[in-house]
Amino acid sequence: MSRITARIPRHLLLATALSFAALGTALADDPVRRTDLTPKDLKRVEKVTSPTTDLSKPEPFELMQGGAATSTHPVNGDAFSHFSANITFSEEEEFKLGNALFRKFWVSSPSSTQASDGLGPLFNARACQSCHLKDGRGHPPEGAADATSMFLRLARPARTDEERQAVAELAAVNFPDPTYGGQLQDLAVPGIAAEGRMKITYTEETVTLAGGETISLRKPTYAIADLAYGPLDPETTLSPRIANPMVGMGLIQAITDADILARADPQDRDGDGISGRAARARDHRTGELKLGRFGWKAQNASVRDQSSSAFKGDLGISTPDDPHPFGDCTQAQEKCLSMPTGVQGRLGDTEAPDPVLDLVTFYSENLALPARRNIDDPTVLKGKSIFYASGCVACHTPKYVTSRKAENKAHRFQLIWPHSDFLLHDMGEGLADGQQVGDAGGQEWRTAPLWGIGLTEEVNGHTFFLHDGRARNLTEAILWHGGEAQAARETFAGLAPDDRKALIAFLESL
Amino acid sequence: MSRKSILGASFALLIASASFMAGPAAAATDAAAVVNHYAALAHAKYEDSLKTAKALDAAIDALIATPSDETLKAARAAWIKARVPYQQSEVYRFGNAVVDDWEGKVNAWPLDEGLIDYVDASYGTESDENALFVANVIANPKLKINGKDVDATNLTPEFLSETLHEAGEIEANVATGYHAIEFLLWGQDLNGTGPGAGNRAYTDFDTKNCTNGHCDRRAAYLKAASTLLLSDLEEMVTAWAPEGEATKTVTADPKAGISAILTGMGSLSYGELAGERMKLGVLLHDPEEEHDCFSDNTHASHLNDAVGIASAYTGEYTRADGTKMTGPSLSELVAAKDTALDAEMKAKLTKTLDAMNAMAKRAETVEAYDQMIGEGNAEGNATVQAAIDGLIDQTKTIERVIASLDLGTIELEGSDSLDNPNAVFQ
Repeated sequence: MSRITARIPRHLLLATALSFAALGTALADDPVRRTDLTPKDLKRVEKVTSPTTDLSKPEPFELMQGGAATSTHPVNGDAFSHFSANITFSEEEEFKLGNALFRKFWVSSPSSTQASDGLGPLFNARACQSCHLKDGRGHPPEGAADATSMFLRLARPARTDEERQAVAELAAVNFPDPTYGGQLQDLAVPGIAAEGRMKITYTEETVTLAGGETISLRKPTYAIADLAYGPLDPETTLSPRIANPMVGMGLIQAITDADILARADPQDRDGDGISGRAARARDHRTGELKLGRFGWKAQNASVRDQSSSAFKGDLGISTPDDPHPFGDCTQAQEKCLSMPTGVQGRLGDTEAPDPVLDLVTFYSENLALPARRNIDDPTVLKGKSIFYASGCVACHTPKYVTSRKAENKAHRFQLIWPHSDFLLHDMGEGLADGQQVGDAGGQEWRTAPLWGIGLTEEVNGHTFFLHDGRARNLTEAILWHGGEAQAARETFAGLAPDDRKALIAFLESL
Repeated sequence: MSRKSILGASFALLIASASFMAGPAAAATDAAAVVNHYAALAHAKYEDSLKTAKALDAAIDALIATPSDETLKAARAAWIKARVPYQQSEVYRFGNAVVDDWEGKVNAWPLDEGLIDYVDASYGTESDENALFVANVIANPKLKINGKDVDATNLTPEFLSETLHEAGEIEANVATGYHAIEFLLWGQDLNGTGPGAGNRAYTDFDTKNCTNGHCDRRAAYLKAASTLLLSDLEEMVTAWAPEGEATKTVTADPKAGISAILTGMGSLSYGELAGERMKLGVLLHDPEEEHDCFSDNTHASHLNDAVGIASAYTGEYTRADGTKMTGPSLSELVAAKDTALDAEMKAKLTKTLDAMNAMAKRAETVEAYDQMIGEGNAEGNATVQAAIDGLIDQTKTIERVIASLDLGTIELEGSDSLDNPNAVFQ
């Protein structure tokens, strides 16, 4: 990983015509420097974000992992549902209206509550909250038939030079299944058939760790049962995705491009075996190329884009950013395209007209990180030092200071601790979904931020991790790391049992 | 619903609010005295909430023992009375973590009523996210929650609070509190934005002449929810007693205590009441966006929130038995620094109360709150909007008060040590 401070001019980075190769080269040769800080502040920021060398005690400000936005409410099942602690009264209103819309059940058209209809015709959920349970992490359908907080993305690879060019320019991130579209909707409004059901089969594989402890990892295989519209395209791949936790997203958005690009090292010039790549993403409204940082494949540049995609794909609700009222219906699904929509001309020309998306976006940007717990516990501190020594920090970058120019004042110039570089990494064949999404290849995933991970059980009552929830606890999640993270995984597997426990204790304190 | 009792209740409030601002012009008041009185008022409000909830509980006992139109009406009237002090206490929720973290048990809303009892076919039969959407625990002594079999044979307070409430991590699975009781007393309001509240018949509780089945279990559920409400309210009465946890927390640092008072006023005024509970309904014209939707008591609920906000500032409270409480107030504290600002704050609180009273009067004489927010109802929408505008406008002055008292962001000051464990980088 490159430690060179990046210095690429911002306009170059954002130039829409830039090809990936050009962006990549420009990054290595002419990196970017932050432009939002005075030289004095830049020095302070460099000092406070440099990796700590004293692991014997907690670092200053470490407790408040989301900066001044951090919630200090008592830890309970609502721990992910509090608003940023530093927003104004009027912003609290935006947050609460957003929250109400986030909980809102959309209904099929036509209905008596015309401002609330437009669901589907195909959908995975009726409300945002259905997948983002308690604003936390989704889970695979364990035992029950309920697969709401998880779904399958469908895509086939580029077939022609023209299509490959389109992906290279991010005119498309990939190509939806010609019949089923970009994701499998297992629910539909009355009158049309749902597309099918996700089926998961697990095979267990035993792994032995240093000290003799054995761990069973379950490897999932995905299929679709009850396909209602005929076969899938033979080349369509299935990529399972679990709903990500909602906390801290506005702060992630406020990290400067420069700070993320500074850690990218696509050619692995420093020879550490880790070649983080920056993902590019088109801004949904302007079409500009930006740095992708949200979603399992870093396919979206902003919380707003992530939200409008979910409205479209998951709920089948059109927004001003994505005004197509038929959600993920394809041309092959004629009946789907003939269903009534929820557009009411007098309310706006989409099913969720302004300000719905603004409010849901604001809400999603301001779910606060809970303060950390037990940061001065000797086991936690020991785990932290192991986290550093084992190479985890090579991708799980602990801290950043957000931009002075962040859109929301509450997100400006905050020292935050997401523990991610927000870059794409090859995670090996074991985790691969074989599905390209823009710049992310079939083995690549965005480094998942780790903040809040220790509260998964408290908030969601489970500990299923990774993009499809295959890991049943943090140990399994680490053992699934491969590819660029293989070395760190081996280090973990070779640790003395107490050291592994300490590492997990550190993660649980996040 | 008994219109008469509502009328009586809010005329009393009208008078109360009119006299609010005639507080005594006291001499210099110190922050510690203000915060102590603020805690004393909280104690009184929760005591009154408990007292009126006990009356509700007795009325529920009577309904179950002798189901009739009269006993059902009496229970509904008792519920409406019980809402008055509780809603006036809500201003304590924000700014006091101990209240905020408890509140969901007693006042959570909105709720998927199909979890609890039978619902109309128009309610729908399935909800992707909520497997318990039509679980109807009253009719079904065996349930599945998150794939696990659950025995609901005994509808005890513990079962409601520990197993059923927020079952499956779904916040709309509200099994306890005022609104669960409200649903059992009134039933669904199937009138949309047309006139009328829920219209459950007393025979739903009559085991000898039972309508809609399972009257014994419906009665058991209602009694369990009522019992639970009492124990939950007792918890708050204890917390706000002179040596209680909430009192100690808020009085420990008077400056932080004053900050808690103002946070409570501002957060309830703007985000919670003006925003989530009122503006959203006007925005969506959705009768489901109504706080007390089964009973059509939303207007009183909102009005009493506003009365509580004013009370936090003036230090005045009219108890359930009519006794008036006064004491060292934030108003006096502000007046000592800036009389004009204090006058502005009081004027704005009064203006909001006037708008709220007008809204409540309209609810009692013209149309219910859910009709007011209906699409195309310009006059109704405007009546609600005036109250929203008042709440937002008073929050601007609350912010000025915060600035004038120099409370600022005391807890956010950067520190280079861990002496202040909540330190953040600045």
